[in-house]
Amino acid sequence: MSEELYHEKLVDRAQAGRAKGRLDQPDKTATLDNPLCGDRVTIDLKLADGKVLAAGHRTRGCLLCEAAAALIVEKAPGNVPAALLPLADTVRQFLQKNGPAPAGWPAIEEFSPVRTVKSRQDCVLLPFRALAQALSS
Amino acid sequence: MRAPKPFDPESCRSQFPILTEPPGGLPLHYLDNAATAQLPAAVLTAVRRHETMSRANVARGVHRLAEAATAAYEDARSAVAGYLGVTDADEIVFTGGTTASINLVAYSFGETLGPGDEVLVSELEHHSNLVPWQLLATRRGVALKVLPVTEEGRLDLDRLPSLVSKRTKLLALTHCSNVTGAITDIGPIVAAAKSVGARVLIDGAQRAPHGPLDLPALGIDFYALSGHKLYAPNGVGVLWGRRELLSKMPPFMGGGGMIAQVDLETGTSFADIPRRFEAGTPPIAQAVGLGAAVRWAQALDWAGIAQHEARLTGRILDGLGAIKGARVIGPTGLQGRLGVVSFTLDGVHPHDLCQWLDRKGVALRGGHHCAQPLAKRFGIAGTSRASLAPYNNDADIDALLAGLEDARKRFA
Ligand SMILES: Cc1ncc(COP(=O)(O)O)c(C=O)c1O
Repeated sequence: MSEELYHEKLVDRAQAGRAKGRLDQPDKTATLDNPLCGDRVTIDLKLADGKVLAAGHRTRGCLLCEAAAALIVEKAPGNVPAALLPLADTVRQFLQKNGPAPAGWPAIEEFSPVRTVKSRQDCVLLPFRALAQALSS
Repeated sequence: MRAPKPFDPESCRSQFPILTEPPGGLPLHYLDNAATAQLPAAVLTAVRRHETMSRANVARGVHRLAEAATAAYEDARSAVAGYLGVTDADEIVFTGGTTASINLVAYSFGETLGPGDEVLVSELEHHSNLVPWQLLATRRGVALKVLPVTEEGRLDLDRLPSLVSKRTKLLALTHCSNVTGAITDIGPIVAAAKSVGARVLIDGAQRAPHGPLDLPALGIDFYALSGHKLYAPNGVGVLWGRRELLSKMPPFMGGGGMIAQVDLETGTSFADIPRRFEAGTPPIAQAVGLGAAVRWAQALDWAGIAQHEARLTGRILDGLGAIKGARVIGPTGLQGRLGVVSFTLDGVHPHDLCQWLDRKGVALRGGHHCAQPLAKRFGIAGTSRASLAPYNNDADIDALLAGLEDARKRFA
């Protein structure tokens, strides 16, 4: 199971994401903690013309959490906030209810092994919840 | 008492059904004993026998089963008293666990404290020996003082004189850290407390599973422990307190079983200890299991176990020393410690590591271990932790070390 969980794409995504840091002067930012493990994610956003222009993060977390934050930083720019806000919930449905990957985010499929590892689902969701909180801040 | 048989790890291991026949037929290298230890057959049998032969409520009925249940419950109390070196079994209060025991003291003994009084805790306490005191501080205006931790992950006892004063009413400290494995030297703590007339509560959750104790000889006033870490079921724990102290403390929870007389006009008077602190139906079968567990434990050769566990601990420490990017949080030697080893591995998050090791049947714990101030002290979010019990063997350590090297290659 862990073999699948930590497949190469996910590990590479997480590791590559470490190089992308926070934004210099974000318009919006939010930091969330997972009280169970002490992990902490910050998501920064720059907005222009009603769209996300750039995203940054700082993740003190496990690989699953890092990979999710890296995915957000990569894919969020170009989207309108209204398209990003429901992500936390669709990703939750994807993990917990076998729901479909959110439209435009096929890479979420990389997290499908987490569906069977209940204890780690919050690790993936934390950055998405931070994104939603940043957008609403 | 008869001299115990020399310790034989494999024969000890063979008494644990979950280890001899692991669930799903998968290998199991259980190194999460500091969180919860496994149950020997003797305990499983005792609990089953109790539930099938003498299940009833205690101290209430007069029928045969009620008599048998009460006798079994009180017999468990005597067994626990024996394990803890306590001659007066009434000083043994059954609770739900260490957390419940400490909260009992924080609410009951805590009622006698107020503004101007201080409680001393430490930076490495488990949240269950920290948050009850923070709550007391808020509730009653008591001040909290915090004993710092050394680089080695031990209580910095040299700082006691500067933190203990006439205002100090209680020192609430751990007997052994659930993160660093460091054993606390109780002597200086008791001396510091005595010099100002303060009381001492020791959190024994981690130390109690590693051999019998003589609590009165330690010079302390309260001791808290959990059954589930002591080869017994969960849901039961112990608060030991000196009779003269417990007898003067107000009840914590009210309810059945803890009263002498209840009267709506003249008010209620309370039972003597230990019943005064055991409101409601206690965890009877669990207590019976704890009684069986401490009897089982008391018959073991603890000097032999200490050697065995020290050798395995040494293997873990040496193994970590040879792994690139591994850092031990806590003592790196074998002096003054138990077989609880926390470490970080550069570039590998504890939860990824634990998940990865789980595929080889190695059960570790990762995270802050309910000791967030300690993690902060060491500038980390958490650690991975291997913790030993007498039934661990070389194969467990081999699997751990091989898994760590493998994880480093995969993730770091
Ligand atoms: C040192 C220490 N104190 C207190 C506790 C709390 O024990 P329980 O959860 O059984 O109440 C633990 C358990 O992890 C512990 O290790």
